[in-house]
Amino acid sequence: MASSGEPDVLVIGGGNAALCAALMAREAGASVLMLESAPRAWRGGNSMHVRNLRCMHDEPQDVLVEAYPEQEFWQDLLKVTGGLTSESLARLVIRHSSRCRPWMRRHGVHFQPPLSGALHVARTNAFFMGGGKALVNAYYRSAQNLGVQVRYETPVRSLEIVDGRFGAAFTETGERITAKSCVLACGGFESNLGWQREAWGQNERGEWPAENFLIRGTRYNQGVLLRFMIDAGADTIGDPTQAHCVAIDARAPLYDGGICTRIDCVSLGVVVNRDGQRFYDEGEDFWPKRYAIWGRLVAQQPGQTAWSIIDRKAVGRFMPPVFEGTQANTLEGLAQAIGLEPAPFMETLRAYNAACRVGHFDHTTLDDCHTEGLAPAKTHWALPIAAPPFHAYPLRPGITFTYLGMRTDRSAAVHFGGVPSANLFAAGEMMAGNVLGKGYTAGVGMSIGTAFGRIAGVNAAQSAGFAHPDFKEEFAYATAL
Amino acid sequence: MPPRSDPSVMDTRPACDGAFELSATLTASEQDVARMMQICNACRYCEGFCAVFPAMTRRLELGQADVHYLANLCHNCGACLHACQYAPPHEFAVNVPQAMAKVRVQTYQDYAWPRVMGRLYRRAGLSVALALAGGLSLFLVLAVAMSGRLIHPPLAGNFYAIFPHNFLAVVFSIVFLFAIMALAIGVTRFWREVTPACETGIEDKPAIAAARLPAAAEAVSDVATLRYLGGGHGEGCNEEDDRFTPMRRRFHQLTLYGFLLCFAATSVATLYHYMFGWEAPYPWTSLPVILGSLGGIGLLFGPAGLLWLNLRRDPQHGDSAQHGMDRGFIALLFLISATGFALLLLRDTRFMALWLAIHLGTVMALFLTMPYGKFAHGVFRSAALLKYAIEKRLPNRLAAGGD
Repeated sequence: MASSGEPDVLVIGGGNAALCAALMAREAGASVLMLESAPRAWRGGNSMHVRNLRCMHDEPQDVLVEAYPEQEFWQDLLKVTGGLTSESLARLVIRHSSRCRPWMRRHGVHFQPPLSGALHVARTNAFFMGGGKALVNAYYRSAQNLGVQVRYETPVRSLEIVDGRFGAAFTETGERITAKSCVLACGGFESNLGWQREAWGQNERGEWPAENFLIRGTRYNQGVLLRFMIDAGADTIGDPTQAHCVAIDARAPLYDGGICTRIDCVSLGVVVNRDGQRFYDEGEDFWPKRYAIWGRLVAQQPGQTAWSIIDRKAVGRFMPPVFEGTQANTLEGLAQAIGLEPAPFMETLRAYNAACRVGHFDHTTLDDCHTEGLAPAKTHWALPIAAPPFHAYPLRPGITFTYLGMRTDRSAAVHFGGVPSANLFAAGEMMAGNVLGKGYTAGVGMSIGTAFGRIAGVNAAQSAGFAHPDFKEEFAYATAL
Repeated sequence: MPPRSDPSVMDTRPACDGAFELSATLTASEQDVARMMQICNACRYCEGFCAVFPAMTRRLELGQADVHYLANLCHNCGACLHACQYAPPHEFAVNVPQAMAKVRVQTYQDYAWPRVMGRLYRRAGLSVALALAGGLSLFLVLAVAMSGRLIHPPLAGNFYAIFPHNFLAVVFSIVFLFAIMALAIGVTRFWREVTPACETGIEDKPAIAAARLPAAAEAVSDVATLRYLGGGHGEGCNEEDDRFTPMRRRFHQLTLYGFLLCFAATSVATLYHYMFGWEAPYPWTSLPVILGSLGGIGLLFGPAGLLWLNLRRDPQHGDSAQHGMDRGFIALLFLISATGFALLLLRDTRFMALWLAIHLGTVMALFLTMPYGKFAHGVFRSAALLKYAIEKRLPNRLAAGGD
């Protein structure tokens, strides 16, 4: 398209959902302008940190083994969200995930078998070769080849909306950009520390818990347009304190620590808080099924911090952490080294060790090693922590993305008072809360972003007068219930 | 706070018998690799690109030998840099290809034989230039000394009227055999240092023995196809940006096979001479000339393409301090081919002696610098690929996250 003149479709955002929307709208024949708030080096938002896509499949599919049928995916989603989801939108995402990968490949995305240390998701998740940044790079290259215009370092401050219709966007510098239709895909508000603080408020200890949160992804998701849309009367969904929230290494950087700051040894030891107390069953289920609840658990502890404690037996059995743990030859020495009061810490460890009923340890199954008469119990993989040297890893809540967003339907249209906008659509984190009211399961953020990014792009092009040549069938399949 | 590797945690494994003792602590470049690998090992997104990352996942911490091994396994394709969420401007500043390149040249230097000659790597571009000047001067002077002049009446391509065959055979054999020996000693030191026998127990001996043959076949195939310049997906590696292109793989293949064909031409000619008494000059349609010409074409277009790519490479790739070594070597290969063709075209004219001396001088420069220049990369990388092919067939003792 020509660099001057009004684009048919304006896409605000620069991550996976925005790119999917831009590519689909361009494929439909619309001229597309993308506005990415970050500079080129940081483009892609949280998508540069992702690694896979959760995919439904009824039989083995290239990198995916066995089958992951719709019903099982739906049950998994129902379980992690505790019912805070929309069945029709969730099923749309699930069914879309079973057919979207050929399109992704056409735009340069490469899939690979699961990474070592991630074999537990070989059946459910398709991994991107090189991870999310490689995917983002591929989409940007494809967008460039197709003639999508991209402007970096162009944050949008507000929109001009009249009677639910998008008219124009205003950039931070005051530039007014008009288009026939618009897709909003510029992320949640997780990077906005002030908003987080306000949302989480003050707890009964007088702390502001969010002050101790780390942001696992981009610093650019400030939620400026999310706030604008809420104030403009868009229908919303979700609770501002709900997020994909993981317990990560407390020494991670404030932003963009990404995958490598995770701590994977929780289920192999015990976790104590600042008072030296355990507070949850570390062995409740396999770690990949539990990592997403530990961020909230740690957020509820005093000082929003905790320590994962292991002994020599666990070394080499979990993904190597990026920061070295604190090491000591005695448990007392370890407590001192991490700055905990030794007496309560020692009492917690003594009680735990005494309560362990060791059977046949097997970290690959829900084994029979458990505690007896201990609260909270450790129900699997409970081995006494007795073999020096001992290691401690400090934990803090790490926010991946927030779930407060705009309510939408299968069209991805933004709604005002229950009425869908004719030319304003939302995708990605800005509406993921429709499917994910709470909880998380690996790779589902990408499933949502890809499905609604593509739908938003097609519908934005449609409202500008362009029909996508071959999405109809895919969409019909995804929405046939 | 950037992750730290703990330099005090050194390689605690028992030294192998006959292992070549390197310095006791990690150099700054080696520490940088160890630091980055600690980040990579906790991330692993790049596992599909090449052999470096799967090899890394078999190790919880990296000693010096591991760093040397991984550095030589790295092909500097650039894929992991462009895909890296921790690459600059991220504060973790992960740039694996660059860190590996810095260690790699240091390993060539450390394992060089005789060791003092390893210093030539510090000025590898200058070494090539000096070797070229020396080689040219030597043969130009010798030509004048032996035949009295450089310009002469046409000799119908009879090189031996200028330099007697046995003289050439002896001089080049001595230098070539020395180069081969020096490289062999160097790579043997490297092999012993990084050999899997060091980190596995006696119980792995049968597994290693069983792995040897299939591993060797795989390593040969990896070298022959330059598999790891394929980017993992086969679309090629990165040059000036995140786009994948097969160009480097293709040009490198032209260079590699061009070199091998030229070597074959020389070998065939030597057989002709000693076994059948057929002396040069050989006709244009003879096997040595056909092999040499095909090889020469590869050595013209291959190095020219590699130089063109090298000049356009993203400056973040590799170590800019090594441009002299890389480009000097590329230029030398190109010159050998170009002067060879000049000689072939002018061998029936009165300029034969001049071009013969120039061509022999450039070939001599290559032979002289083989153990102390970029040529060594092929030897060390092949060894690393063989080690990887053996290692991946052994059971992985780590259950990290595989549970």
